[in-house]
Amino acid sequence: MCGIVGLLVKTPALRQQLGELMVPMLIGMTERGPDSAGLAVFADPLPGTARKLSLYSGLTEDGADFNWHGLTHALKEHLSVDSQIEVKHNHAVLTFDVSPDLVKQWLHENHPRLHVLSTGQTIDLYKDIGTPAQVAQRYDFASLTGSHLVGHTRMATESAVTPDRAHPFTAGEDFCLVHNGSLSNPNSLRRMLEPRGIHFDTDNDTEAACRFLEWRLREGDDLETALQKGFEELDGFFTFLMGTPDKLALIRDPFACKPAVVAETDDYVAIASEFRSLAHLPGVKHATVFEPAPEEMYVWNA
Amino acid sequence: MERVMAENLTAERVTFDLAKIALRDVNTYLHRQLADGDQRHFDLLNPDGAHNIAVGLDQPVTVEIHGHAGYYAAGMNKKASVIVHGSVGTGVAENMMSGKVHVKGFASNGAGATAHGGLLVIDGDAGLRCGISLKGGDIVVGGSVGSFSAFMAQAGRMVVCGDAGDALGDSLYEAVIYLRGEPKSLGADARFEPMTDADYATVAELLRAAGLDHDPKAFKRIASARSLYHWNADANQEY
Repeated sequence: MCGIVGLLVKTPALRQQLGELMVPMLIGMTERGPDSAGLAVFADPLPGTARKLSLYSGLTEDGADFNWHGLTHALKEHLSVDSQIEVKHNHAVLTFDVSPDLVKQWLHENHPRLHVLSTGQTIDLYKDIGTPAQVAQRYDFASLTGSHLVGHTRMATESAVTPDRAHPFTAGEDFCLVHNGSLSNPNSLRRMLEPRGIHFDTDNDTEAACRFLEWRLREGDDLETALQKGFEELDGFFTFLMGTPDKLALIRDPFACKPAVVAETDDYVAIASEFRSLAHLPGVKHATVFEPAPEEMYVWNA
Repeated sequence: MERVMAENLTAERVTFDLAKIALRDVNTYLHRQLADGDQRHFDLLNPDGAHNIAVGLDQPVTVEIHGHAGYYAAGMNKKASVIVHGSVGTGVAENMMSGKVHVKGFASNGAGATAHGGLLVIDGDAGLRCGISLKGGDIVVGGSVGSFSAFMAQAGRMVVCGDAGDALGDSLYEAVIYLRGEPKSLGADARFEPMTDADYATVAELLRAAGLDHDPKAFKRIASARSLYHWNADANQEY
């Protein structure tokens, strides 16, 4: 069991309250996912060709005491890369204006246990083990701003309880996915993708779905086509919620084994595994509330 | 609980605000044996999608839930009448024995699963597996039902005013389905059968009980062909 939550605000003024509205949604799914939690938030893109990485130091020897500023100095010294860093506990957002692959390669060689959570121009990603309330407090989720976000509370079934196996998963740039359910063919997907040069970080089944869909997008499929291929190739139980810079997308497996409910008003679209995570939202008593049908695509534009 | 109740005790209808009172205490109160003069009509406010609201009732009371309920609302109901002014999650009125459960919105998966008796009315759509393993209860759905509805339903009646998903009535026993719209597909051993006068009367009776005024003539009967009742070694596992 796991919990998924998503929120997309239509009213620009609500962008400032995105995190504040989301925290009770995430905490509302604690019973469905008490062991880890995470969230990806999408905001205005960085200018030009700038990129940012969300980084997690909890798996390094220094943990939350990781020398983040030493990292920016080393990037300057070794790669002549100017970078800025924003640190929260064992998490940092590193911003720079060179190829992200160059930076990631250097990080891999010099800080192999530093985990890259996300890459892109719009996405910041946080995830860690702990209850949703603990994780939300650790990273001050209530202060997050942006147009939409994708969150998850995890009750692990398919792989160990570790920070890197928490959700959301990411692949490529500015794409993330959360999953409630379990896939039965993640290893065959993996065997299909790895020879194409696609690298996996973990043994988690959700990562296979995330990398499969991102691979389809990178191959030129639009989101709807990629999701249709997902229905054809992904076997198992799933409710997936995905985020891109300008969209939230939701699909459920043909047996609708895992729940989802949507509440929509003029101000927002909110998605959760169960209504109890939506009950606190302003105006929800007058919202259009519906259950997404199995094997249908739901895409909302930011 | 007694202290919370005190201010309510003289009222005709008793209101519980679930934002202020623990659901377990409310359910416990609803389970008490009735004496003469006890209130029999309860309003539950702010259900906020909580699970197990008004489960296991076994007294002739009326409970109105004002908002969206979570999983297993009015589960195992006996004698009581439960009205949900909103939607419900998985398993509404599961294993109901008697009484009536009326959902004014939509219902998620497994609505009325294994119900032995009573009437479940859903004004909106019902999700997948509605009436799975029905054992004698009646279900009326104002909208459509999802795939695998009435799977292995053994007894009871199901009236669907909209359409049905895949595999409607798969492996049916003696339950009967009346469908106004179209199924995406029928399940193994389910088949359309001619409507008799008794069938029209049944549909009219159930529609009336549900407060719906469709023409019974618009409904089709789906029942078991009973070909799965006995093992057929020649079937080669193809039915």
